[in-house]
Amino acid sequence: MLKLENVHTYYGTSHILQGVSFTVPEGKCYALLGRNGAGKTTTIHSIAGLTPPKEGKIYFKGKTIHNLSVWKVSRLGIGLVPQGRRIFPSLTVKENLIMSQRPPASSNGKIHYDLDTIYDMFPILKERENNWGNELSGGQQQMLAIGRALLTNPEFLLMDEPSEGLAPVIIDQIGDVVLKLKESGLSILMVEQNIELATRAADQVLIMNKGRIVWSGTPEELLQNEQIKQQYLGV
Amino acid sequence: MSLSLAAAQILTGLTFGMLYFLIAVGLSIILGVMNVVNLAHGSMFVLGAYMAYSFIGTGLNFWTALILSLIISGVIGAIIERVLLTRAYGKPLEQALLTFGLAFVMADVMKWIWGTSLYRINTPTLFNFSIDLGTVSFPAYRLFIVVVGIIIAIILWYMESKTRIGAIVRAGVDDREMVSALGINVRAVFTGVFVFGAVIAALGGVLGGPVLGMYPGLDFSVLVTSLIVVVIGGLGSWKGSFVAAIMVGLIETIGNIWFPALSMFLIFLVMILVLMIKPSGLFGRGEIT
Repeated sequence: MLKLENVHTYYGTSHILQGVSFTVPEGKCYALLGRNGAGKTTTIHSIAGLTPPKEGKIYFKGKTIHNLSVWKVSRLGIGLVPQGRRIFPSLTVKENLIMSQRPPASSNGKIHYDLDTIYDMFPILKERENNWGNELSGGQQQMLAIGRALLTNPEFLLMDEPSEGLAPVIIDQIGDVVLKLKESGLSILMVEQNIELATRAADQVLIMNKGRIVWSGTPEELLQNEQIKQQYLGV
Repeated sequence: MSLSLAAAQILTGLTFGMLYFLIAVGLSIILGVMNVVNLAHGSMFVLGAYMAYSFIGTGLNFWTALILSLIISGVIGAIIERVLLTRAYGKPLEQALLTFGLAFVMADVMKWIWGTSLYRINTPTLFNFSIDLGTVSFPAYRLFIVVVGIIIAIILWYMESKTRIGAIVRAGVDDREMVSALGINVRAVFTGVFVFGAVIAALGGVLGGPVLGMYPGLDFSVLVTSLIVVVIGGLGSWKGSFVAAIMVGLIETIGNIWFPALSMFLIFLVMILVLMIKPSGLFGRGEIT
């Protein structure tokens, strides 16, 4: 469904992604792990069009997307839950949700998200719908960021460190949500530092180091491989 | 000063305040949403007035001339944004040079077409009477300007807080990149905002035509005043522009009576005080960078 082919991305003159290639099949959840500075967020930004690659190709449902502007990538059905949530502080919770609401790019029989389905999924957002975006706790902001992305009715969801800065009990809740989304047939690429969350939700784990994919395997294979965990994840 | 004279002065201050609001609000929203200081914004104000003057000269009535002038100003705004500004996004220095250069070009083109005389649009007959305030009378047309300013403020309030497009524009002030990442064509939003700003500035110019008149140099003087309004009110905030424009209009008018030599100084003094107490302006969220 999503395919990266030898992607090279730069920030100014810094060569961040140095030939990243992988494929995420439809309906699967892939987790991208690695230390800080490994290039995980840059990979997400390259796919979303925020930092377009200089070389290489990115395909979504067979079409190249690396040359598209950010909003067109989103319109094709790629939703983004960004690092740090990036909730709009001067919009209410409800406005944050509905501002980008739209029907799915293609009717594929999957769940059609509307405001009510998001409020069913995250009842706290309904309770706080008239609060400003910056009045929410970190966990609530994360739920809002997920809800906001789902309301664009994506077929593929990019999640950049959804557990960042959250308490363990909230991380568990986020994990439940990711599993539910996966069960609903949504394809997901999730960047994580939290190995527990990543291995719990993912079908396949990719490990990045210095701008390259250095290992890939199932969560079980990763949990048993002490050497990889120590070398690339520092655990 | 008698009570009726004071009331007349306050109404005059409000009239100027509303004209400043009409020009500053576009400048402020363009700055807040697009991060562009449009130094040609004053030119749109004056050009709108000149065009309406010429339309009236061909025999059209004030209202038809107003509408034609607003439509053409919107088209000019769209061309400026799509053809020129689009090449300078994210380059503040280029933007400043471009829009300042454009202001000079527009000033010369206006001089070429309309010369250097002072023109004044005749007050529309519908409002060409005075309202008696005891010992003084007040032109009904000025009251009309105040009402239009308030109506525009109400429309802006409604659009900003009750519509999806308002939410998108506010989100654009917060985090443009994230708005794009949610599938919204921010470029189209930019064009819409710029056209809106141009049209509202032209509206101010035409409505101000019978009060301020039109002459070379007015474009730059209203630009400076509206920049002050934006700084006092806070960028990207129509409420800030509304309150600050009324403050500036009142200070200028009342200052002109009591301390004629100091009236401009008083406006700058207020700006400095606001910046000392709240650097982002009265209703601003971000700092001007």
